[in-house]
Amino acid sequence: MTQSDIQNIKRKALMTVLAHSVLSEIAEHLRAISLPAYENLREPENGLVMLRGRIGGDGAPFNLGEATVSRAAVRLASGEIGFGYALGRNLEKAKLIALCDALLQSQEFAATLEEKVAAPLRLRLLGRRQRRAGQAAATKVDFYTMVRGEATS
Amino acid sequence: MYVAAKGGERAIENAHRLLAHERRGDKNVAELRLDQISEQLSLAVDRVMSEGSLFDRELAALAIKQARGDLIEAIFLVRAFRTTLPRFGSAEPINTGDMRVQRRISATFKDVPGGQILGPTFDYTHRLLDPALEQGFIPEEPAITEAADLSTPCITDILGSDGLIEPSPQGAEITGDLTRDPLRFPAAHDVRLQNLARGDEGFLLAMAYSNVRGYFRSHPFAGEIRFGEVEVEFFAEDAGLTVPLGSIELTECQMVNKFNGSAKEAPRFTRGYGLSFGHSERKTMSMALVDRSLRARELGEDVVAPAQDEEFIMSHSDNVQAAGFVEHLKLPHYVDFQSELGLVRKLRQEFADANEALLVEEAAE
Repeated sequence: MTQSDIQNIKRKALMTVLAHSVLSEIAEHLRAISLPAYENLREPENGLVMLRGRIGGDGAPFNLGEATVSRAAVRLASGEIGFGYALGRNLEKAKLIALCDALLQSQEFAATLEEKVAAPLRLRLLGRRQRRAGQAAATKVDFYTMVRGEATS
Repeated sequence: MYVAAKGGERAIENAHRLLAHERRGDKNVAELRLDQISEQLSLAVDRVMSEGSLFDRELAALAIKQARGDLIEAIFLVRAFRTTLPRFGSAEPINTGDMRVQRRISATFKDVPGGQILGPTFDYTHRLLDPALEQGFIPEEPAITEAADLSTPCITDILGSDGLIEPSPQGAEITGDLTRDPLRFPAAHDVRLQNLARGDEGFLLAMAYSNVRGYFRSHPFAGEIRFGEVEVEFFAEDAGLTVPLGSIELTECQMVNKFNGSAKEAPRFTRGYGLSFGHSERKTMSMALVDRSLRARELGEDVVAPAQDEEFIMSHSDNVQAAGFVEHLKLPHYVDFQSELGLVRKLRQEFADANEALLVEEAAE
């Protein structure tokens, strides 16, 4: 695995956490960082992505229907370029994801970003998921067999 | 013949003003907020997203509010909105096997690996109206169990490993997109599923019902129904990277049908597949049944019933198209009707003249 593969895995992991967080959570945690100067490389915009399923769940793809998506791209003054994509129509959220993606690639900010933004949001996301999974698990059926007639022992 | 006519502008303007007034209802009653619709009428929102073919809870809630709860009107509004946005591209196919299941049941195997997870369901409720919901109802907190292992292999994989069920058709290519290409027959499997996924739930339910009642001898089992969250990924060209977009809720249904085999093929089970946005089991079950019956041509079955006729099903499944055609009949057809009126008057005159002539003839004899 090359250095850039590892970097891309880290970027995707961060984007996953951010895409699942709401704007106010991201903004709130970003306030703990004194942000560097940056410019919009792509003005935030809304659009559509066609979602696809697979025939039978595991076969050839088919078009299921579209979803709204926001995207943005920013460049830090130090040159790092970040991209932001998220379901929905929240331009500011896409911009902040792009900003975080750029910060992750910067030597200076990567560690702070992990500590102040990614880690707490990841914890919150995992907590939400765990709670949902626990609620579903509580509805799992325990079958027991009714014995007919007399016990044969 | 269509003739441009003017007039009625003020009447139309006032009618829309009256509509807005009626939509609001009694002003002493609090106005509905979109988050109330999205959170508390969530299955209506799911249906509008499915048939509007656009995943966006807020937009669907807005459409429901604007349409005064008329879901087909709301679906129309969502379809119209989607034409205003550019398309960035297509997402990677969703892997429903990795779903974080909220509900997962099988009607074929009691002891299915991963278990029967009931989730939030109307099943087993008594269908008695609950007066507790009339005002200020605060539900109990849901029970929580430590989720040791919620991995839930697909039923079809279990049957598939013994060759007892056909494999899914493989391939990497999409053959068509109904939002861009007109419907053509015969239609490929992927296009049929796209059509069914955005098709009207009521229509598909009726077709599925006809299918199991005997208008196509189908012996279906609900192999598996699952509902939960799946991740959506998209290859972003600008980033040169497959980026996560977040997750959406989906319902999936795997129907298992008997296939008696032919001279060339051993008997085995066949599949019907249903997938839809949000939580919509009736829709996905109907979709899976109709998906299977539409495979008549491919499986060499006689086409004897409407649910097997892809032209019939696919041309009539879309409620926006259907409502558009049926409801256009209430728009002014004054000139059309004038010519029909003239014709009927003429025919009646001819009929009367002929009868009179007959009477004169009979009297003469």
